[in-house]
Amino acid sequence: MKFKGMLKLTFWKAVAIVLMASGFAAAVQRYALGLGATTNLKDTFPWGIWIGFDILVGVGLAAGGFTIAATVYIFGIERFRPILRPTILTAFLGYLLVIAGLMADLGRPWAIWHAMIMWNPHSVMFEVAWCVMLYTTVLALEFSPVVLEHFRLRRTLKVVRAITVPLVILGVILSTLHQSSLGSLFLIIPGRMHPLWYSGIIPFLFIISCVAAGLAMTIVESFLSSRAFGREVELPLLSEIARVIVVVLALYFTVRIQDLMSRDALRYVFVPSYQSAMFLVEIVLGVVLPFCLLLSPKVRTSRRGLFYSAVLVLLGFVAHRMNTAITSMEHWPDRMYIPSVQEIAVTLGLAAFGFTAFAFVSRYFHVFGEAPHCAVVEPVAEPSALASASLD
Amino acid sequence: MAKSKALLIDITKCVGCHECEKACTEANHLPKDDGPITDLSATHFTYLKSFNDETVFVRRLCMHCIKPTCVSACLVGAFTKTDTGAVLYDESKCIGCRYCMQACPFEVPRYEWGSLAPKIQKCRLCYERIVAGRQTACAEACLVGATVFGDRDDLIREARSRIDGNPGGYVDGIYGLTEAGGTSVLFLSSIPFEKLGFPTNIPNEPIPDLSWRVLSQVPKYAVAAGVTLFGIRWITARRTEVARFEAEERLRAITGQREG
Repeated sequence: MKFKGMLKLTFWKAVAIVLMASGFAAAVQRYALGLGATTNLKDTFPWGIWIGFDILVGVGLAAGGFTIAATVYIFGIERFRPILRPTILTAFLGYLLVIAGLMADLGRPWAIWHAMIMWNPHSVMFEVAWCVMLYTTVLALEFSPVVLEHFRLRRTLKVVRAITVPLVILGVILSTLHQSSLGSLFLIIPGRMHPLWYSGIIPFLFIISCVAAGLAMTIVESFLSSRAFGREVELPLLSEIARVIVVVLALYFTVRIQDLMSRDALRYVFVPSYQSAMFLVEIVLGVVLPFCLLLSPKVRTSRRGLFYSAVLVLLGFVAHRMNTAITSMEHWPDRMYIPSVQEIAVTLGLAAFGFTAFAFVSRYFHVFGEAPHCAVVEPVAEPSALASASLD
Repeated sequence: MAKSKALLIDITKCVGCHECEKACTEANHLPKDDGPITDLSATHFTYLKSFNDETVFVRRLCMHCIKPTCVSACLVGAFTKTDTGAVLYDESKCIGCRYCMQACPFEVPRYEWGSLAPKIQKCRLCYERIVAGRQTACAEACLVGATVFGDRDDLIREARSRIDGNPGGYVDGIYGLTEAGGTSVLFLSSIPFEKLGFPTNIPNEPIPDLSWRVLSQVPKYAVAAGVTLFGIRWITARRTEVARFEAEERLRAITGQREG
């Protein structure tokens, strides 16, 4: 019965298949012909959307993983447990896709393991590399109970359960370090970036913005999966998350504008240019508008309002990271960058693969819904789960 | 190697003969091509850019910074600043992330975009020649002494005396003396540097410091965050424990009353 459902071809499945196939074809071209022939990267523009989108945005959207895990395990707010597993799955898949994107972008991908033994602690990229390696491992372990339950590997499950709290804490540390270090990468490029984006506090801005984006991603993914699996959305929970997003957006906006003022860079907003237009899109559409929308309880508690506001938050986030990595370095006419067909195909293919993998895993494993009904795992209950049960 | 070597390039003396480009191509065994060189590339480690209707010529090449940004940016340490003053790249370490290209304040490193095992390419300050006690190929080839080779300290003194000896003839300043914390390639000019395409918004401190300020805080952050998070977890866990105990107490009280 399950397979029947898988095999039925719907519109979105067809789209995903086409995107994945073209992404795969583009990746084959990239390895056969090299970066020069298949990308629009050049000496004056060495980083494109594989860095700006696949990596910077991919990592940011995975931020729901550490925020929700911390909410449940550290702050003990048990009512968020139903959305814990889907967010951890999103984060884990997100990181795997980031690594896949990196393998396309690196000029010498076979040497990627060098990062493990050739150390330069003075490099921000060194911190980034280690955060990717360690946090992907942590996410795999955080998600492993779902798989272990499925195959009833009781003993291993017990071990993983026992180290859950230290694991979550390690995850929060690594994740925040990773988000901020992606921003720190740009600290070293003061001359090349537009003042609307270069700032000494980029690492801090990246942490704040990823919290909003990770939470917005949780909302969007909850809606999409409710449509795909025909289940109810956790509306009261999502409205509560939206309230947190409002606060985070307000904090982000204040810090961002204050930073621009303190660097005397706010004036560039009023100079009509490609950069100021992109900045306005980022701030007005992606921060101010969703902030105002979500401020209203009516929007926050309506399905449609929540969904579209969360999409706007994601848009603002994508815009900020892409603007930092790409727009801020563009210069008419000698230094412009438009991604090649292959660059776009690989990016879309990876995204489609992410959605497909999410659908596949949540169909075959127990990702959604109440606590696992699998009897084998019940006895090793969390102390916090016990507590919440007794509080009911 | 006792002292760090450097180049002094006096733009006022250059006549635009392009001999430095030819010598560089030869010394580095780079492919010779016909047409004029229009930019630095994976096969051109220096080129002569002309200004003011081809009357002023400015050489572009790796500046060989004293505290190079590329050395600090490379996660696998593929770049090193050698005792000779030359900044060298080791392809056997490189993973191809191109952060060095992004990080270099002078936008010098070039990439072999067409290759399936691409390398970074740039001027090597003729490292092997210097070690053998010779000067760089470009300095040797320069017929008019616009590019001279020597110890950095000596060249700074020489540059200073040229400026002092001909006050109207030079802009008062040596480009590369303090830029990015100082470089091993120094320039003198009669025209303001910003009009000759030199980046003038480069900090006068070593650029690696900009990220080290943040990076050096990482261990402290990790420890502080770990302790804080464990503390919060401890408090919330304790709170639920107390709540459970109280609930049990109440339950016991109720059942006790019933029995009594």
